[in-house]
Amino acid sequence: MLLAIGSVAVMGAALGGLLGVAAKLLAVEENPLEVELLGMLPGAQCGQCGYVGCGQYAAALAKGEALITACAPGGKPVIEALAKKLGVTPDMDDHEEQVQQYAVVDESLCIGCMRCLGECSVDAIVGAAKQMHTVIKQECHGCKKCFDICPTEAIKMVSVPVTLSSWHWHKPDDATAVH
Amino acid sequence: MKLFSIRGGIHPDYRKERTSEKAIVSFPLPATLYIPLQQHIGAPAEVVVKEGDQVKKGQMLAKGQGAVSAPQHAPTSGRIAAIAEITAPHPSGLPQLTVVLESDGKDEWVGDLPQPIADPFAASPDEIRARVAWAGIVGMGGAAFPTPVKLNLGTQLKIHTLLLNGAECEPYLTCDDRLMREHAAEIIDGARIMAHTLGAGRVVIAIEDNKPEAKKIMTEAASGHAGVEVIGVPVQYPMGSERHLTQAITGLETPARKLTADLGVVVQNVATARAVHHAVRHGRPLIGRVVTVSGGALPEPKNIDVLIGTKLSDLVAFCGGLTKPAKRFVNGGPMMGQPLPGLDVPVVKGMSGILALTAEEVNERPASPCIRCGTCVTICPCGLVPVEMAAVIRKDHLDQAAHLGVMDCVSCGSCSYICPSHIPLVHYFNFAKGMLNAQDREKRRLDRVKNLAEARNARLEKAAAAKKAAAAAAAAAKAKAAAEAEAASPPPADNRPGA
Repeated sequence: MLLAIGSVAVMGAALGGLLGVAAKLLAVEENPLEVELLGMLPGAQCGQCGYVGCGQYAAALAKGEALITACAPGGKPVIEALAKKLGVTPDMDDHEEQVQQYAVVDESLCIGCMRCLGECSVDAIVGAAKQMHTVIKQECHGCKKCFDICPTEAIKMVSVPVTLSSWHWHKPDDATAVH
Repeated sequence: MKLFSIRGGIHPDYRKERTSEKAIVSFPLPATLYIPLQQHIGAPAEVVVKEGDQVKKGQMLAKGQGAVSAPQHAPTSGRIAAIAEITAPHPSGLPQLTVVLESDGKDEWVGDLPQPIADPFAASPDEIRARVAWAGIVGMGGAAFPTPVKLNLGTQLKIHTLLLNGAECEPYLTCDDRLMREHAAEIIDGARIMAHTLGAGRVVIAIEDNKPEAKKIMTEAASGHAGVEVIGVPVQYPMGSERHLTQAITGLETPARKLTADLGVVVQNVATARAVHHAVRHGRPLIGRVVTVSGGALPEPKNIDVLIGTKLSDLVAFCGGLTKPAKRFVNGGPMMGQPLPGLDVPVVKGMSGILALTAEEVNERPASPCIRCGTCVTICPCGLVPVEMAAVIRKDHLDQAAHLGVMDCVSCGSCSYICPSHIPLVHYFNFAKGMLNAQDREKRRLDRVKNLAEARNARLEKAAAAKKAAAAAAAAAKAKAAAEAEAASPPPADNRPGA
């Protein structure tokens, strides 16, 4: 009887000690889920979700604190990927699929204050102090940060037009047919 | 020669007899021509003339830009009236930049046309490709892919056969049939020049068996040339599809996401071969084409030799006007052709047919539930499962559709044609392909945004580090200066009391 109690106690202590050491030595510093979620996000650091950047949004998602429909540039594909990973059903009612936009500087209103340059997360604005600023259209991802900060309302957001090369057939509208 | 069978396919009512016995007629010079800058796959051409310029026939109006593009030339002499956004001959009805040319009626050729290449078989492939690129030649069977790019395949892959596509499997269309009957020698010359450019030893001209006259004339014209053979292929839609024609001739199936060139075969349309002949032998750019104007709404359908940029409404009037109400205007054949936004659009290089179809011909009926008969699966020439793909696309599961191979669909429309429930199957696949391509573009865009954001962060970190280093250096310099100053000045006198 004593032998049994003794051996179980020794085993318990030894294994417990081993686990304790392993937890210290093999500790995972980051939440692996967070890293994975971050990989799914666009990485534009635009802040349209309400968090500082993609990393913070991923952390909030991993903790279950954030809505999965908040990422504007990612759109539907990102929402679907996040929903699949997190095992939740996305509530698409909260999400409005946005038309891709880009910013345009009205040259007659720009005072060259440099504020938008500091805001742009992709360095798509060119300009110098008291010089005209302009947006490189191809690189702008339409996050509106410059639009919000411009003191003279010189920046306006323009929708990227549908062209012959980007147009494609719409979905057939035979909703009544059962396949 | 042994032929190989292709999978599935259909046998629609061909309705070619309305125009097949009508010789090609020339359309009189129109007063105004509309030349769109994008008539091909790839980047639009870049305009090199300005409003008010006088141009001569064959003068370049817009030059190709980028690796995949094609220039546009003036189809006649006259004045550039405008360079404006005009409705494109495209199902979207979107406008595109178009050069509007007012004809002066003189139809004078420009003086500095390139010299004819006297012996193209002695010329280097590069010289021929440059000439074809200058002439703005694109695939004239409908796809409008720039021909010089295709002729360049010989430099990367070993091409053994140039397959000249005279199948013309689309109903109604007879322009290739007529071209082969009336200009056989020019077509064969163009094909031989292309084969030389590709380094291909063999030219196979495939003609569907429903064109016996064209086959006979082409065989006669080819008889004098070694390595050129004319082959009749069975009448089976979509025999004229590049991949299926290659399979019928070689027995090899083109793998998914590969080209027929990977099998050593390059396919070109007969009209393209004729355009190459004109560019090489006569130094003429591509400024016109033969187009079949047909359909039940027209009393006198015709095969018309027309200048690029002629308005379709003029051609329809030339064919007697619309005597019956047209339900739909189609660019190309009724199977794979795309609906046109109207007749107020110009003829472009890839336009092989213009159809004014009556409601009876369109035969549009509401879709009813799928009865799971499986006919679409049996006839799909690509070996896909249309019923399954349409079901998942309907539920917006595009990834599943991609997994089922929707990107390998050639949009031949056989499934939609055969479906007893009138389900618009190929419309689902065109939608899915468009969406998947858009998603792909979006993904590439987001990747670029990510790279730019990372580059910015790296720049900011570097700037911060440089600032810190500069501050540290400044502090060190200051400390050093202070220390030196201390060393240089004499120690303060020790004047403590009682020292």
